[in-house]
Amino acid sequence: MFELLGVPPQALFGQVLLGLINGSFYAILSLGLAVIFGLLNIINFTHGAQYMMGAFVAWMCLNYLGINYWVALLLAPLVVGATGIAIERLLLKRIAHVDHLYGLLLTFGLALIIQGLFRNEFGSSGLPYQIPAELRGGVNLGFMFLPWYRGWVVVASLVVCLATWFLIEKTRLGAYLRAATENPTLTQAFGINVPLLVTLTYGFGVALAGFAGVLAAPIYSVNPNMGADLIIVVFAVVVIGGMGSILGAIVTGFSLGLVEGLTKVFYPEASATVIFIIMVLVLLVRPAGLFGRAA
Amino acid sequence: MADIAATEAPAAALPGEADKGTLRLHRAIMIGIAIALVIAPFVAYPVFVMKVLCFALFALAFNLLLGYGGLLSFGHAAYFGMASYVCAFTAKNWGLTPELAILLGTAVSGGLGLVFGALAIRRQGIYFAMITLALAQMVYFFSLQTPRFTGGEDGIQAVPRGHLFGLINLADDRTLYWLVAAIFMAGLLAIYRIIHSPFGQVCKAIRDNEPRAISLGYRANQYKLAVFVLSASLAGLAGSTKAIVFQLASLTDVHWSMSGEVVLMTLVGGLGTVFGPIAGAIVIVSMQNYLAGLGAWVTVVQGVIFVICVMTFREGLVGVISKWIRKPL
Repeated sequence: MFELLGVPPQALFGQVLLGLINGSFYAILSLGLAVIFGLLNIINFTHGAQYMMGAFVAWMCLNYLGINYWVALLLAPLVVGATGIAIERLLLKRIAHVDHLYGLLLTFGLALIIQGLFRNEFGSSGLPYQIPAELRGGVNLGFMFLPWYRGWVVVASLVVCLATWFLIEKTRLGAYLRAATENPTLTQAFGINVPLLVTLTYGFGVALAGFAGVLAAPIYSVNPNMGADLIIVVFAVVVIGGMGSILGAIVTGFSLGLVEGLTKVFYPEASATVIFIIMVLVLLVRPAGLFGRAA
Repeated sequence: MADIAATEAPAAALPGEADKGTLRLHRAIMIGIAIALVIAPFVAYPVFVMKVLCFALFALAFNLLLGYGGLLSFGHAAYFGMASYVCAFTAKNWGLTPELAILLGTAVSGGLGLVFGALAIRRQGIYFAMITLALAQMVYFFSLQTPRFTGGEDGIQAVPRGHLFGLINLADDRTLYWLVAAIFMAGLLAIYRIIHSPFGQVCKAIRDNEPRAISLGYRANQYKLAVFVLSASLAGLAGSTKAIVFQLASLTDVHWSMSGEVVLMTLVGGLGTVFGPIAGAIVIVSMQNYLAGLGAWVTVVQGVIFVICVMTFREGLVGVISKWIRKPL
């Protein structure tokens, strides 16, 4: 059996694929954070909890209502996005005038509430979520075995990321959004409903997190704590990439997932910390982030 | 950078305006705290009071950075927890006397603060918070993966309290209490002194208007780093003391939820007030004690307090009192 750099190719490509999947989640989540940050100027600490909610909504749809994966993939982001809109209207809007660090504290508190409630209801051990029948099994590519579902996650995330990029950079609605990010007062003076835009943006960013949660449900078990540790890694991803560019967030997310996967193959002890170490290096060399603009 | 404390601190907190009445009030409060420390072990369970004191010192250290440096660190558990591990490890495995173990823990935290602070102050505002959080998470993973040092999931248990200076046996809670009370009082007085020193005034100037402070010739980054290191060291002092009191250092001490707790204590007590963190620590530690039987609901209650404080009560307990009597506290 031949080996690549002393590692069997099955293990190598298996980890690369797993890395890409993690990277998909990093990309979608950091994209959502960046979009929200652009307009609301807050870091949404609830993002991890909302990702978890997406997975739970899918699980509840299946187990309580018998709604299958494909419908849940559409429904869960809508539900999570709707709760996000409620949060923005009821809470975030009222503290928009004070220091933006309060937004961080508020969303941190909300994350504690949501995670605590789910932990009370469902316990801390994970709940299984079956891979949809259409995507079970896989294909042997010769150098590795590709499970259909894992391939689907990477493709679906990539499509959603690129669609978001297209929406923001190439459409009229996106142009309004970019204008409001640049100068909300002037944008409003041109007759665009900026408060509505802010609400919808938060709802959209949060819905992205919910979407990632549904994608993750069959891979990782559905667990109240699944978002808590992930969100800290995503923060590091955001620091590395900088929040200035949509495409930058996508590229950074996928490549860091890949780096993490490769670290798992060649130096497993560092796989949990490699992204933080890269963050340190980026801070030393290019403090504004790889795609960021200097503040 | 418009920062969190400057927008909320009462206007009377401006440097140089601390009139004689305020100074007299502060002195009276300090004496009151000292008296309360003497009475406390006779009316309350000493271990509970020591827990409150450790967390109060931790919150005071955090508030030094946020309230007077204008820097929101979301990773202060790293310094608290790392000091706790170092103190527990050296007291147990090297047989150090408690005062040396505590000092060593504090020094290691200060060193960690120097490295992390130098990295984190390269960015501002929200990025600063995220960077400190990510660095602290790195410390958490380090602690998880080095069970030979930290004991992994079990933590370092049965840490000997030892003999202070090799002479005084600290096994009795009442005896240990006086050491903890002395450490707390020394920490409080040190922080008070730092805030009201010329150094503290420059820090406040940088917090309120960094470009202007720079234009006046102050090296803002050096001041920020210094206040970061001081804050990390004092958080380490609290963590080391906690390890001796509970004879335990565990992963809980370095987890991000601990960083969140110290933010919550400071927020409840009053950001940027001298005495607020003490009030906040009393409230939160008592609450955790009463609600301990409720399991995961404690997290929910903490989250609710966070939301209520941010929405309606941004001055915190002491901040509100300070507004009433129109004197900075």
